[in-house]
Amino acid sequence: MELKDKLIASFMAFENEVDLTHPVHEIRSEALRNFEAKGFPGRKSEAWKYTSLERLQKIDFSLFPRQDNALEYRDVKKYFLHEIDTYKIVFIDGVYSSYLSETTHDGVDICLMSAALTKPMYKPIIDVYFNKVASREDSLVSLNTAFAREGAFIYVPKNKVPRKPVEILHFSTGSETAQMLQPRNLIVTEENAELQVIERHQSLTDNEVLTNSVTEIYAGKDAIVDYYKVQNDRETASLIDNTYIDQKGKSHVSVHTFSFGGKLTRNNLNFYQDGEHIDSTLKGVTLLGEKQHVDHHTLVHHQQPNCESHQDYKGIYGQRSTGVFNGKIIVDKIAQKTNAFQQNNNLLISDKATVNTKPQLEIFADDVRCSHGCTIGQLDKEALFYLRARGIPEKEASALMMYAFANNVLESVRIQELKQRINKLIAQKLGVNLGFEL
Amino acid sequence: MLTIKNLHAGVDNKKILKGINLEVNPGEIHAIMGPNGSGKSTLASVIAGKEDFEVTRGKIIFEGEDLDEVAPEERAHKGIFLSFQYPVEIPGVSVTNFVKTAINETRKARGQEDMPANEMLKLLKEKAEMLEIDRKFLSRSLNEGFSGGEKKRNEIFQMAMLEPRLAVLDETDSGLDIDALRIVANGVNKLRSKDNAVIVITHYQRLLDYIVPDFVHVIHDGKIVKSGTKDLALELEEKGYDWIKQEAVL
Repeated sequence: MELKDKLIASFMAFENEVDLTHPVHEIRSEALRNFEAKGFPGRKSEAWKYTSLERLQKIDFSLFPRQDNALEYRDVKKYFLHEIDTYKIVFIDGVYSSYLSETTHDGVDICLMSAALTKPMYKPIIDVYFNKVASREDSLVSLNTAFAREGAFIYVPKNKVPRKPVEILHFSTGSETAQMLQPRNLIVTEENAELQVIERHQSLTDNEVLTNSVTEIYAGKDAIVDYYKVQNDRETASLIDNTYIDQKGKSHVSVHTFSFGGKLTRNNLNFYQDGEHIDSTLKGVTLLGEKQHVDHHTLVHHQQPNCESHQDYKGIYGQRSTGVFNGKIIVDKIAQKTNAFQQNNNLLISDKATVNTKPQLEIFADDVRCSHGCTIGQLDKEALFYLRARGIPEKEASALMMYAFANNVLESVRIQELKQRINKLIAQKLGVNLGFEL
Repeated sequence: MLTIKNLHAGVDNKKILKGINLEVNPGEIHAIMGPNGSGKSTLASVIAGKEDFEVTRGKIIFEGEDLDEVAPEERAHKGIFLSFQYPVEIPGVSVTNFVKTAINETRKARGQEDMPANEMLKLLKEKAEMLEIDRKFLSRSLNEGFSGGEKKRNEIFQMAMLEPRLAVLDETDSGLDIDALRIVANGVNKLRSKDNAVIVITHYQRLLDYIVPDFVHVIHDGKIVKSGTKDLALELEEKGYDWIKQEAVL
């Protein structure tokens, strides 16, 4: 049975386990119908031209996780940002692990989607925010919505700031030969609230994993949200990340995506600006080898005047890896004085690596500043010679230059320990010790 | 120390160096002068091992070893330093970290331990003072946004830190005002010893007022057409290069 049929067939089993009278169930049913009608996107669709889901659809994924898988903290400690204290929402094969987590209800709610979807006290929030900014047209988002049950739920009320960053971690233990996970996250930061989130998906074995994740982020007026996605998974793990962000006036939201591994990674990152003087930041460092594939699809929709967006994606592609950057900016007619900046620079360090980059600008306002640039190149030989003439061997010199190439994306990372961690990961990926603490 | 024998080199079938002969001994300063396009910078790059240039004939021998097939970094480890005419910008890597990496890679290649941090700091401070470089400058990204003069001073600073056996200064004077020129020259002079040597490549005689050469060579059309003492530089300054070009034809 193909994956689509299996998913549809299993929806009935899923319904047996959830409250059918809950209003969300109507949303789920409608979403399933949309997925049933559209199915998985194929390569004939322009948005999926360079990323094929065909292979994944032939795999016999287990759709419902076992409830009893456990992990010891010491075995997975390295995947946490353990250098600092954080709140933690941890899932093992899609199931919440209270043992590894540290949640809170002290002024802010940092807890579980399953709780938010079932407890009456959260119903007002679910009613207002659940599945509102996420697409109802996109079939993969609908698929996630249909099975939405578990994930992270974060609610930061007006003027509140959690004491520490939040880590959302998804571990796959490989207890099934192939497993599909569909986490659903809802993050609401009200007026003048602040939040920092680090999200990571980590497979612990070489068994196949497919994650189709949906995250909705709402940033109220004057809110500040920094979201960091660390993608450094195994060669047998694939991730379709659908992130939707709704921003109100004067809010600042940044999303940094660090794509360092995984078989297939698709990042659909969508910003909707619903207010004035909004700042949206989208940054990415991609560093791939083997036969890894990453596809960054970004959308910034400027719907109001006087807003800014900054996109800066740097990619380094080795061996047979492939990359896509598709950056869409829409400036509505009303959105005068928009300042939209987009840049995508790529280094190909192997003859067999490929990158497709495409800016897509739809501008309907006449008084705007929109700049975009994309480059695909190789390491500057002149610069390489300079470093080598100073005694730095070719491999280290290349690494130093690649590091320098990606570096400015890291400057906006506001958690120092995370920045250091990413720096180390980059050095490790480049296979060198750069001889100094980066 | 350095012996260049009948060196022919070029790029993409274009011959640039057409039989260079040069002998440099420890303790000596050689100036290489010549008009634009005569092959001065190519000679500097070939000594440093730039792979864009193909050596078609002749050889370069450094400390008794043929440098053919020796990578640029290995030449640096043996003590050859090239001060670049156009130093490259490396954003995100500070001058200090860059110099540390260069020194420790060289030490590693020589089988030595990394330089202890306190020793490194002391050295950085001492050399920065010598070249009148502000401490803040050292934490800036390498060459990024540096003025022409700052880049050149930074080159000499790196040279001072690396203490090469043979330094090749490629048009180090270009882009320097007279004060910067004096500081740079002073830095070079302080590094002079009976054990090391310097090759100064320049278009103008000006720098040679401060770094006084033992020998002056004039390069034209890929060959050394005239050699002499520092008086030759003065003569060139007076008469220009046309005189040499005519003599070369004869």
